[in-house]
Amino acid sequence: MAMIAVEDLSVAFGSGESLVHAVDGVSFQVEAGDTFGLVGESGCGKSTILRALSGLNDHWHGQIIIDGARLEPKRQRSFFKKVQMVFQDPYGSLHPRHTVNTTLMEPIAIHGLDRADQRIAQVLEQVGLGPAFRFRYPHQLSGGQRQRVAIARALILEPKILLLDEPTSALDVSVQAEILNLLADIRSQARLTCILVSHDLAVIAHMCHRLAVMNQGKIYEELTVDDLAGNRPRHSYTRQLLQASLGYDRRLAAAATLADDGLDSGAA
Amino acid sequence: MVAAAEAPLLTVEDLSIRFLTPHRIVEAVRGVSFTLGREKVGIVGESGSGKSMTGRAILKLTPANAMVEARALRFQELDIMAATERDMLRVRGRRISLILQDPKFSLDPIMRVGDQIAEAIPPDKREGKARTRECVLEMLAAVRIHNPRRVYDLYPHEISGGMGQRVMIAMMLMPEPAMLIADKPTSALDVTVRMQVLAIIDDLVTRRGLGLVFISHDLNLVATFCDRVLIMYAGRIVESCKASELRHARHAYTQGLLASLPRIAERRPRLAVLNRDPAWLTE
Repeated sequence: MAMIAVEDLSVAFGSGESLVHAVDGVSFQVEAGDTFGLVGESGCGKSTILRALSGLNDHWHGQIIIDGARLEPKRQRSFFKKVQMVFQDPYGSLHPRHTVNTTLMEPIAIHGLDRADQRIAQVLEQVGLGPAFRFRYPHQLSGGQRQRVAIARALILEPKILLLDEPTSALDVSVQAEILNLLADIRSQARLTCILVSHDLAVIAHMCHRLAVMNQGKIYEELTVDDLAGNRPRHSYTRQLLQASLGYDRRLAAAATLADDGLDSGAA
Repeated sequence: MVAAAEAPLLTVEDLSIRFLTPHRIVEAVRGVSFTLGREKVGIVGESGSGKSMTGRAILKLTPANAMVEARALRFQELDIMAATERDMLRVRGRRISLILQDPKFSLDPIMRVGDQIAEAIPPDKREGKARTRECVLEMLAAVRIHNPRRVYDLYPHEISGGMGQRVMIAMMLMPEPAMLIADKPTSALDVTVRMQVLAIIDDLVTRRGLGLVFISHDLNLVATFCDRVLIMYAGRIVESCKASELRHARHAYTQGLLASLPRIAERRPRLAVLNRDPAWLTE
């Protein structure tokens, strides 16, 4: 049975004329131990799906089944022990006046776990930081180190599922490589099931087994990374993303008709 | 290339930028030299490598506490090191334009898009309201906006990010500059829009014979878009090469950066991690 099953998920913001369907009838499944990629441009709804899954947004419709249990919009505390999230911006997601130790103590206290000291030391080791970082503040850490702390905070509850929202897009490429390697190691050690959201097809291809290409709140196409690498996408939008990820091509760019930005076309 | 025979548009020789902080001196740029002709030169490097600060120094827009030194910093006939603020006002935006990352923060939110572009025309080149409007409409069409008349009257919040960036480019080109500095001009844009904006810059640079300094952290993009590439590390240019030959870069830093990129076509179980060699700081 799938670890995560999402069926006809919709999220809408606003009301009346300004109603926006950020996620519009999305369905997908992720098997235990798999990493599933959600890729698309900004505003396509990929992060909104993660926020609905993680319980940060309870205004959704449809069905979400995690580990066999059907989720209600309001979550039990036990849910958060099972599902954890890592956010995009390591500068904004850590409390600037909390030491690494305080940040990591918080989930332990909330869930009433024992052996706090041991758990913190262990998780810091696991994310490659070591005990020297335990009493530092975020401003004393580099972007990559902060992201390691954010990963440690997610891992300390020993979750089964990790939701990753653009975990490396704020980092330099050399640091991105370190964090992606770390995530790959942790995933196999702890047998995590992951959903990785990114706008970068190469990152998705590196980390995932299967992926869904999203645009305007809908999944356009679901395919395996082998299909992607073998240049076999079915949907033209996926081909466009694939092409763009390879860099600039003068002939293609010149030939591409400008996407009408709604108002631009005049016919909108 | 024609550029080789002509005198360069821009000459930078031994440029250094230092910051005095209460605790220490930070050397942001250390002895950078390059020239720019009518071509596209990319500057790549990681955050903090000094690439943006180099771009700012060309326009004398470094922060007040920066100490800028150079053996030569010349744009056409102008000695930028010796230039006064008054001299620079005649250069900035008129002869050298700067395109920044995010159009949302660079456009005036309470002014119609067309009027903002019109404002960029230097006073001595203005010829009446009707003619100005025509010029703006032509420029909007040049940056491939389909319905210039409609877009002219819109406010920045009514247009998309991609269109905003095209409006910015239109504004920058209005005074017919000889040189463009683009500081990560497309990193706030979606990939598909990015291609279109790059095509516009590419066209304009080629057709109008401008010089372009293209600052970016995206190696793939620079390798495929520019003519030449300068790779910066810790304030210095560690390597320069033809963009098409970036794949065969010789410096260990450049090779390390390229190896750390995930690739769709060749999947590896682990990505190569950059081991920073202290020798790169000095050699």
